[in-house]
Amino acid sequence: MDPGTLRTALKDSPGDGWLTAGVERVGDDPPSITRLFAAAGRHCGRAALPHVPGWTGDQAARALLLLALPAADLRRYIGDLYRHGDAGEKLAVLKALPLLPIGADAAPLLHDAVRTNDTRLVAAALGPYARHLDQAAWRQAVLKCVFMGIPLSVVHGLTERADDELAAMTAALRDEREAAGRRLPPDALPLLRQST
Amino acid sequence: MRIFDPHIHMTSRTTDDYERMAAAGVRAVVEPAFWLGQPRTSAGSFADYFDSLVGWEPFRAAQFGIRHHATIALNPKEANDPRCREALDLVPRYLDKDSVVAVGEIGYDAMTREEDEAFVVQLKLAVEHELPALVHTPHRDKARGVRRTLAVVAESGIAPGRVVVDHLNEVTVGAVHDSGCWMGFSIYPDTKMSPSRMVEILRTHGLERMLINSAADWGRSDPLLTRRTGEAMLAAGFGDDDVDRVLWRNPVEFFGQSGRLDLTEAATGEVSFQGSSILRGGS
Repeated sequence: MDPGTLRTALKDSPGDGWLTAGVERVGDDPPSITRLFAAAGRHCGRAALPHVPGWTGDQAARALLLLALPAADLRRYIGDLYRHGDAGEKLAVLKALPLLPIGADAAPLLHDAVRTNDTRLVAAALGPYARHLDQAAWRQAVLKCVFMGIPLSVVHGLTERADDELAAMTAALRDEREAAGRRLPPDALPLLRQST
Repeated sequence: MRIFDPHIHMTSRTTDDYERMAAAGVRAVVEPAFWLGQPRTSAGSFADYFDSLVGWEPFRAAQFGIRHHATIALNPKEANDPRCREALDLVPRYLDKDSVVAVGEIGYDAMTREEDEAFVVQLKLAVEHELPALVHTPHRDKARGVRRTLAVVAESGIAPGRVVVDHLNEVTVGAVHDSGCWMGFSIYPDTKMSPSRMVEILRTHGLERMLINSAADWGRSDPLLTRRTGEAMLAAGFGDDDVDRVLWRNPVEFFGQSGRLDLTEAATGEVSFQGSSILRGGS
C-alpha cells in the first residue's frame, strides 16, 4: 500500500476537503492531530474502500494524517494516539505502521495488540510491520489467530516465515482439539506440513 | 419489540446477559461512565475504564449483534476524591470519540461543593463538544437534588432538550417534565421504579421525552426490565407503536442529537471473523 493510492481513494469522499485541510494543519500544528485523528471516521466514513482492499475510509484518512506529521514527532504521536485511541483509532495506527518512517520503534504497539482479545487488532498486528516482531512473539500471535478463528490470510508472509517450531505448536493444538472432539480450522492445516 | 437501552453498565454484565438481551430484542445500548463499586484511586484507572468503554466493550457487544455507545464523564461520587479529580482532564479527549454520544453521568451524589464544580465544568464540556448530557440524580435527598440539578442546568446555558435527568420517580418527574429536559427512569427489581409504576407515569405524563432504562450494573438489577416494561405497557392498553416510541424512537431521538449515533446493523461477522474467542469459549 502507498499513500498516493489511499489519497486517490478518498477523492470522492465527502471528507475530501476536510482531509486536505487536516493534512495541512497537522504539518503546521502537530498537536492538532489528536482531535482530527478521532474525528476522521465522521468525515471520511468508516466503510471499506472499494478500490483499496482491506482499508476503510477512516483508516486511509488517519494514515494520511500521520504521514503529515513532522518525522521528528512521529514516534511520540503514534504511541499517544494508539494509547488513547478507541478501537478504530488503534486499528488505523496499526495499519499505517508499514507506511511510516519509524523503523522498528513501534514494535511495542504490536505486542499490545496481540495481547488483546479484539480479533481486529490481533489481525492488524500481523501485517507487513510484523517483521519487527521477534520470532517467538510472532509464532504466538499466529497460533492465537488459529485459536481465535481469525483467517490466516491476514498474516503477511506466513509461508516464508512459518518454521518447525510453529508447526510443532500447531500440532500440539491439533492434539488438544482432537482430544476434545474438535478440529483445527482448515486454513491452519498447512502449518502442520513442516512438522515431521 | 426493538429495544434501545439508554443506560446500562455492560462492563459489569456477563455474556449470558448479552445473549438474553439480544433474544429479548435489545439492539442498541448506551453505557454511561460511572463508578465501579470499588473506589478508584488514580486518574490512570479512569483512562483504562474509558478505553474499555470505547474499545473492548463495543467489541464484546457486537458479538451479540448489539450496538454499543458510551457517555464519558467523571462521576459525581468520585468527583469528591482529590485523587480522581485529574480524570476531569482526560474527559475532553474521550468526548471526541466516534461512539461517545453524551457527557455523563454527571450531576449530584451528596451535593457537595466538589460535585458542584465537576457538574458545571462538564456541562460546559457538553456545550463545547456539541453533545447531550446525561445527568444522574442522587438516591438520598432526591427531590432537593433534582431541583438543584435543574437550576444548574438552566444556569449552564445548555438547551434543556439536550439533557436527560435520570433515575426519576413519581415525586420528581413533574419538575423535570416542566423544565423541558428529557426524563429518564431506571426500572429495578426492588428499588427505583417498577414496570407497573412506570406504566402509571406514562399514563399521567405522556410518552414525549420519556426514556426507560434498566441501569443494570454490578448490583441486583435486571437487563430485561426494559422488555418487561414494554410488556406491561401492552397489557395496560398501550399499542405497539407506543412501545416502539418509548423503547426505541425516543432514545434514538435524544442521543441522535450527538450526530454520532450509528445504528448500522451490528453484524456479528463484520468484526469477528466468523466467531470470536468469546463465542468460542475464551483464549
